[in-house]
Amino acid sequence: MDITFLLNGESVALKDVPPTQTLLDWLREERGLTGTKEGCNEGDCGACTIMVSDGSGHYALNACILFLPQLQGKSIRTVEGVSTSSTDLHPVQQAMITYHGSQCGFCTPGFVMSMTTAHANGTQDYNDQFAGNLCRCTGYAPILRAAKAAQYAPVPNWIATDQAALEQAEAVTAPQPESRPQTADELAEAYANRPEATLVAGATDLGLDVTKKLQTPTPLIFLQDCRDLQTIHCDPFEIRIGAMVTMNTLRTALAKEFPDFAEMLRRFASQQVRNAATLGGNIANGSPIGDCAPALIALDAKMTLRHRNLRRTLPVEDFFLDYGKQDRAPGEFIDSITLPRGAHNLRVYKLSKRFDQDISAVLAAFNIRTEQGVITEARLAFGGMAGIPKRARSTEDALIGHPMTSDTLKKAQIALSHDFTPLSDMRASAQYRIGCAEALLARYFADLSGTATSVLEVTL
Amino acid sequence: MSVAKSLPHDAAALHVTGEARYVDDIPTPRGCLHLAFGLSEIANGHVRDLNLTQVRNSKDVVAVFTAADLPFANDVSPSAHDEPLLSTGRVHYVGQPLFLVVARSHRAARVAARKAQATYDSDPPILTLDDALAINSRFEEGPRIWHAGDADQALSLAPHQLSGQFEIGGQEHFYLEGQAALALPQEDGGCHAHASTQHPTEIQHKVAEAIGVPMHSVRVETRRMGGGFGGKESQGNALAVACAIAARATGQACKMRYDRDDDMIITGKRHAFRIAYEVGFDAAGRVEGLVFTHLVNCGWAQDLSLPVADRAMLHADNAYHLPHIRIESHRLKTNLQSATAFRGFGGPQGMLGVERVMDHIAHHLGLDPIEVRMRNYYPAAQEGGAAPRPLGASPRGISSQKEAMTPYGMPVVDFELHGMTNALLHSAEYGQRRHEIAAWNAAQPHLKRGLGFSPVKFGISFTLTHLNQAGALVHVYQDGSIHLNHGGTEMGQGLFQKVAQVAASRFGVDLQRVKITATDTAKVPNTSATAASSGSDLNGMAVRNACDEIKMRMATFLATAHHVPVEEIMFANGQVQIGPRQLSFAEAARDCYEGRISLSATGFYKTPDLQWDRIKGQGRPFYYFAYGAALTEVVVDQLTGENRILRADILHDAGASLNPALDIGQIEGGYVQGAGWLTTEELVWDDAGRLRTHAPSTYKIPACSDAPDVFNVALWDQANPAKTVYRSKAVGEPPFMLGISAFLALSDAISAFGSEYPALNAPATPEEVWHACQRLRHGV
Repeated sequence: MDITFLLNGESVALKDVPPTQTLLDWLREERGLTGTKEGCNEGDCGACTIMVSDGSGHYALNACILFLPQLQGKSIRTVEGVSTSSTDLHPVQQAMITYHGSQCGFCTPGFVMSMTTAHANGTQDYNDQFAGNLCRCTGYAPILRAAKAAQYAPVPNWIATDQAALEQAEAVTAPQPESRPQTADELAEAYANRPEATLVAGATDLGLDVTKKLQTPTPLIFLQDCRDLQTIHCDPFEIRIGAMVTMNTLRTALAKEFPDFAEMLRRFASQQVRNAATLGGNIANGSPIGDCAPALIALDAKMTLRHRNLRRTLPVEDFFLDYGKQDRAPGEFIDSITLPRGAHNLRVYKLSKRFDQDISAVLAAFNIRTEQGVITEARLAFGGMAGIPKRARSTEDALIGHPMTSDTLKKAQIALSHDFTPLSDMRASAQYRIGCAEALLARYFADLSGTATSVLEVTL
Repeated sequence: MSVAKSLPHDAAALHVTGEARYVDDIPTPRGCLHLAFGLSEIANGHVRDLNLTQVRNSKDVVAVFTAADLPFANDVSPSAHDEPLLSTGRVHYVGQPLFLVVARSHRAARVAARKAQATYDSDPPILTLDDALAINSRFEEGPRIWHAGDADQALSLAPHQLSGQFEIGGQEHFYLEGQAALALPQEDGGCHAHASTQHPTEIQHKVAEAIGVPMHSVRVETRRMGGGFGGKESQGNALAVACAIAARATGQACKMRYDRDDDMIITGKRHAFRIAYEVGFDAAGRVEGLVFTHLVNCGWAQDLSLPVADRAMLHADNAYHLPHIRIESHRLKTNLQSATAFRGFGGPQGMLGVERVMDHIAHHLGLDPIEVRMRNYYPAAQEGGAAPRPLGASPRGISSQKEAMTPYGMPVVDFELHGMTNALLHSAEYGQRRHEIAAWNAAQPHLKRGLGFSPVKFGISFTLTHLNQAGALVHVYQDGSIHLNHGGTEMGQGLFQKVAQVAASRFGVDLQRVKITATDTAKVPNTSATAASSGSDLNGMAVRNACDEIKMRMATFLATAHHVPVEEIMFANGQVQIGPRQLSFAEAARDCYEGRISLSATGFYKTPDLQWDRIKGQGRPFYYFAYGAALTEVVVDQLTGENRILRADILHDAGASLNPALDIGQIEGGYVQGAGWLTTEELVWDDAGRLRTHAPSTYKIPACSDAPDVFNVALWDQANPAKTVYRSKAVGEPPFMLGISAFLALSDAISAFGSEYPALNAPATPEEVWHACQRLRHGV
């Protein structure tokens, strides 16, 4: 494929790029820019963090699972490109020196880039901004001090220069609708013609097929230019989310109306991953532990799939047929997901070994409706409890028609073991999973009655 | 003087700009080849057939080596010659290297390495401590047993007795830079290697044996590592040796770096332990007799397991005077990765054993756990020591002038923890918070907060006494600039900066005059690993000695030339004072050069006063002790076991710190790493012996939000009574064990859910905490 982008302020045009070549390998091996490090090669450590800018903002991304064609038309800054000279460091670089934020230094370029991005965006929720950057030496304390010390320093000029250069840049590459469609219509055509193709949304999962399974999937269709798949449309009754909306955009969009969903998204992977990963991708890959599905199912969300010009809508719940199997025909793709608006009692509980950037052992999404103290509707959906994201139907039945009492809770907890026979794996034992499913139901009851249940809300 | 200043890490500016070079960043000669290992898929058995046709035919493959193709030694063990580079047919764990691929790219090598077709004759794997005990699969002929006094009698006479046992998991190093090496073949059959290693001399030694040359033909350089933590003490041998062999065979530069998953699957980790204890104590919680059994999961090869297990025994007392104790240590051999050095080197496990005992006693007697600890502390240094109590006798205080001895017979004369503990409890407002937390807990059905305190007394010196030596090479150039080299390696701890501060202080010059250079076996030979926290103690002294040698030569010459007594030559503030005259250091250097004075010197240092018999468990293995104390507050949710560290207060003893900022960095980082070991970091193997947690997606080291929200760290600013460099203390490992306080705090919080002792296992993952809460609530 042919692509053009800005690298540290300079225009780069590449011909015949292997579509699965990662930005990290290209930077290090072809450009000799070795400041960007490989720590894990799977998007979990952040040592390869770079900043990508486009018309809509600045994003920290993991270069190790970012394919070169995803960068078309964007501006990339690596650690080599954030200071103009060794005497004119970026404020976050200077602060990292002053506050002893580096020890072995290997994670440092990644932290500098996450920090540079946060600084450019004026965001100061550093625990979240850095959740995707692992440091094994410092215990993070001096890194946080550095970030705080630099937060009000002026943003360097090159940020504006890059934006201007991006605006002036013309699309010099020829249209390639079959591999890089510009609209959902083009995608529909391209995919229907080549149903064997692999769709590339954020590549946060597909990237690992390349870096870890050592596959070279082909052909690929890159979706990032389909702007019409990146919109969020609200009306009084529903919110329609384009399949290519990223997790971070979704988090912002849902924060007010579905705070628990948004809080789960705060803990969904990391800033770098959420900046790339899409809602459509999270559902389409069919993982039993893809955190969005249970929340969507609990809300009775619908999804629209499209094949050429044929669209069909089904409940998200029905998309998941069996482990590794979804209701998606060859050449068919997810167009959008629709959430019903209105009163709800959605709570989303994510259990993992580590709070941030960890895959759930159990994810529970509960949504019940009560009338005069009696439960009239219940949607309880779980991730990590079965081969697919799944509703607890018998448990729901045990709740409906009963009051919100401890007696009802007990009966519902017993019913959970009829709904699920979870597995033991490296994340959790079956015993813990089923035990926590019961516990989370108790937490839900406590939560709705106003009792504190989250250690994350305890502050000194 | 440059020492005692909080200067940044010497490479900080290079770190933040990405200019700092690690092994994989070094520009390579054209044609550089890349290596990958093909790995065993079974844990125990023999390779029946290994068909490598598809490997050899894979794209861009240049060569493939099996054990039969190796020209000389097939051994990368740091100890017992039981670790072949490539399997000779027997396989001992899932992930053992079977063959070596040499290809034109890193990816091509990785792709090819997966194309082997191997068939095996499998034996049942020995994975657990129980598996190993059942068939007596162990290193050494039997358990090591050390004792002091008469533990059994003391136990039986004590008014109270308790027993228990618990599991302590291992730990992956997760250095951010994976293992890496680069070998450049030399014109005479020698090898110049760059390696990410804590032990360049050992790499030199192993490479020399592997390519059949004397050590003089192998030069190993290490500018820096992207983290080591013990994981690069011996685990880098295989990569450097493989590169050297391939470079010799192909005539090309050869590089090898492990992909993260390979790194975690192939290399060793911290030793997992099970510790059982029986303790007898009085009503005040004073220990009268104690018996420990350590079961140590060493993995398949000996590596450094014997000294690791020894150090666990050496820290079974931690801060407590235990006149009647027996410690029995079983070093068990299993079909897992060969466990290796990791910050603390067994000390943390041994220490956790006795901290568990202290907590259990306090819980049993309903006493404050800190009070019980303080009652068992060694006597304070200034008291001049107290006598060991006779059996069944009443409290300490019937004191003779005899010093308190460790279980291994070393007097503890520098004990700082009484003062440190009181100071910490005061600054952290312990008493008040205890009350506040109790009140808060009483009002919460699902959440409970807890406090945990743990002291650290960590012995400083290699227990293999001959390793306590270091060398340095210092040049002063005629322009007054100084070239500094020593045997220590830089892995982020700031050793190079500290040692440069020593050199600048000796010559009385600015730090800018001192050029830090890569560790290089051609400059300083026969070095010890940068391990055992010894880096600045040993190399700082060696550099001091080299600088002083040059200074003495300069002073002697200048004194004669200027007709002043040598005692009137002073080096300070960038000047050399020569009686009434003053020269800049550069002028003095030039004058000495023109006066034909040698301005280059080696320096050497060996730690004094050590003697140690590891079989008897008697002697003086340590030069001194480093101390620390931590108080951690946590909150636990009994419904799910989720938990968080809310606050940590730490007071740590770095002696007269060479660089307070770097030392605080070691303390903060060590604490979080230690807390990670005991909380979220869980290694999981399946029944076939396959490591299931082989990437950061499944193995969870602390992330940013896991550090305590409130994190107060202070130095206990007291000069080391032992004659160390500028009276500083080693600081690499000791703070790691401060993380034990987080584990104890979790136990404290859980105990608020019931009346039983929580008996928590490590790591206290949410699941483990949940199990403990369930046991307390339901007695299951």
